[in-house]
Amino acid sequence: MSCHTSPYVSKGLLCLVQFHSVRLLGGKQLEEGVKQHYFCIEKIKMALVFLPALARMAVCGGTHGNELSGVYVVQEMERQWKEKGECAWPIPVTTVLSNPRAVKECRRYIEKDMNRCFNRATLSSPITDSSPYEVLRAHELNNLLGPKGSTDAIDLICDLHNTTANMGLTLIHYTTSDWVTLHICKYLQTKLTKVPVRVLVLDVPISDAYSLESVSKHGFSIEVGPQPHGVVRADIYTIMKEAVDLTIDWIHKFSSGMVFEGGDVEAFRFIKSVDYPRDPETRTLTAAIHPQLQDRDFCLLKRGDPLFLSFSGETVKYEEEEPLHPFFINEAAYYEKEIAFHLGKKMMLTIPSVQVQKD
Amino acid sequence: MFVEKKRQKKKEMSRVAVCGGTHGNELAGVYLVRERLKRRADGTEPVSVVTVMSNPRAVQLCVRYVETDLNRCFTRATLSAPVSETSPYEMIRSQELNALLGPKGSAQAVDLLCDLHNTTANTGLCLITYSDCDWICLHICKHLQARTNTKMASTPVRYVHFDIPLNEAYSLDSVGKHGFAMEIGPQPHSVVRSVIFSAMQEGVQLMMDWICQFNSGTLFEGGWVDVYTMVKNIDYPRDSETHVITAAVHPNLQDRDFCLLHPGDPMFLSFSGETLRYKGKEALYPFFINEGAYYEKGIALSLARKRRVEIPSVRSETLR
Repeated sequence: MSCHTSPYVSKGLLCLVQFHSVRLLGGKQLEEGVKQHYFCIEKIKMALVFLPALARMAVCGGTHGNELSGVYVVQEMERQWKEKGECAWPIPVTTVLSNPRAVKECRRYIEKDMNRCFNRATLSSPITDSSPYEVLRAHELNNLLGPKGSTDAIDLICDLHNTTANMGLTLIHYTTSDWVTLHICKYLQTKLTKVPVRVLVLDVPISDAYSLESVSKHGFSIEVGPQPHGVVRADIYTIMKEAVDLTIDWIHKFSSGMVFEGGDVEAFRFIKSVDYPRDPETRTLTAAIHPQLQDRDFCLLKRGDPLFLSFSGETVKYEEEEPLHPFFINEAAYYEKEIAFHLGKKMMLTIPSVQVQKD
Repeated sequence: MFVEKKRQKKKEMSRVAVCGGTHGNELAGVYLVRERLKRRADGTEPVSVVTVMSNPRAVQLCVRYVETDLNRCFTRATLSAPVSETSPYEMIRSQELNALLGPKGSAQAVDLLCDLHNTTANTGLCLITYSDCDWICLHICKHLQARTNTKMASTPVRYVHFDIPLNEAYSLDSVGKHGFAMEIGPQPHSVVRSVIFSAMQEGVQLMMDWICQFNSGTLFEGGWVDVYTMVKNIDYPRDSETHVITAAVHPNLQDRDFCLLHPGDPMFLSFSGETLRYKGKEALYPFFINEGAYYEKGIALSLARKRRVEIPSVRSETLR
């Protein structure tokens, strides 16, 4: 990311690098190192970073055809565009129905999960007659909104998803170092009070990032749950619509020159996945998520806590030493991916104040 | 003056069927059937129970159906239509199930067929059937409603009636001499929730307990059951050209199955923010509010009338 940074930020980053290399020391040197670390953090928060303007944004729904809030948010935005034209939103917004065939059939996908088709390998391999529909469509979307990794790529993709898990509103991004995305997350956390708003980072290099929003320069997914697939709930739709409107609002304010104050953003970093207990021969599930874990996304899971209750009544417990935070608990689409839930670590990300770079 | 309630004598129930996976993505029933099949009968049960996975192909693909909704294939017309290799899979399967558990309307049919279902609607546990005077089904409902101090205690139990003559009755449960769908929600399709599985397991167990007690000559006292009789369905507001829905069930109505809906109450909230209200003249009880599988059937919710049905005491005619 190219930006003009204040001298404080450059020094701050240098301090952090130095800190991590002194971690292995002990005693007084460590004490000094920790003091420097917090000095740097404070400096980052006080620093003002100038970032390039965000000219174009895309709102994508129906990447999974049965996750209906996004389908209807895009439908509603298209209706507003037909009615009001350019005046519909204060900034230019492109709306996209990502997987129209899957939407028509109200299925997650036709041949292949489209939201796994945006890694460099898939986007750069040639298309043939036998390519799955979703791979063809991924190439189309990469041409429309990308190309991924190039300067022509759209500035921000906001990809809309639903989950059967009780995750409230979760903003998902693949890196911890994108300050635009993190500022938008911070803004949503402040403005949306009726639903928990959390940030999830996958910590994946961009070429390996396989989801649609990785095509843009600053993309993220808006995941809202719980909602059954194939169902649209008014309350969930409203939350998602509000999140999109606030994202547009932030970009408009940022583009108009407003300074967004830095600070700490609490985030969860993906660590690993846990599968259901399965029959070794048939591979069918032998247990469901335990009632004491069901719907408790982002709680702290400690050793000895129940994980699964078998259909014959036995409890399976969490045996690991390290307490972690589960999420995507009992997501319907993950049964076939052999995931009962993901586990993550909570962390604090420090972001500087930002303002749009003036030409 | 003491008046004895009218008593009904019924033949004992010798054959019972428990069916799951009639819709392949309604998973509590699928796992309950798998669990029951694992523990096969050791021959000591007082009643013969046949456990069936109704739609194995749909279960394997975790879809509601492969070609056509199996639970609409049990009308007399469909059951007696000629089948060929090109017939829809579910039509062939419905005739197989009719041969196994029926034939529907004959003396060979199973005495009771319990068909297990899940719904995305907040219905609690419902027994859904075609008769409002089947004393067996009504007594089983009363028995489930009376249980306390169990896991199921917080799950409401209701009796829902579709007033359709047997020939036109289209669902699997109509194959047995007595039958009902045991519907439990809310649960997303393709998901199994532990508490929903437990509630269903307990519901089936209580049903089996009642049957065993009945067969051994227990007298079940009469009483009354509230019966919800389906009156009509309401569809979503749709775009006149594209037929795409333009509103979702209103937040005031969502999850409020079996709460009385009055004329003027909010029903839908459009995606552009307008409230649409119930325009009917009669206050009715909504159920199956926002069932995922019903969007394609043009049903946002169903409406029912409630009435109290008095049921006689019953005892089996056991040959002693």
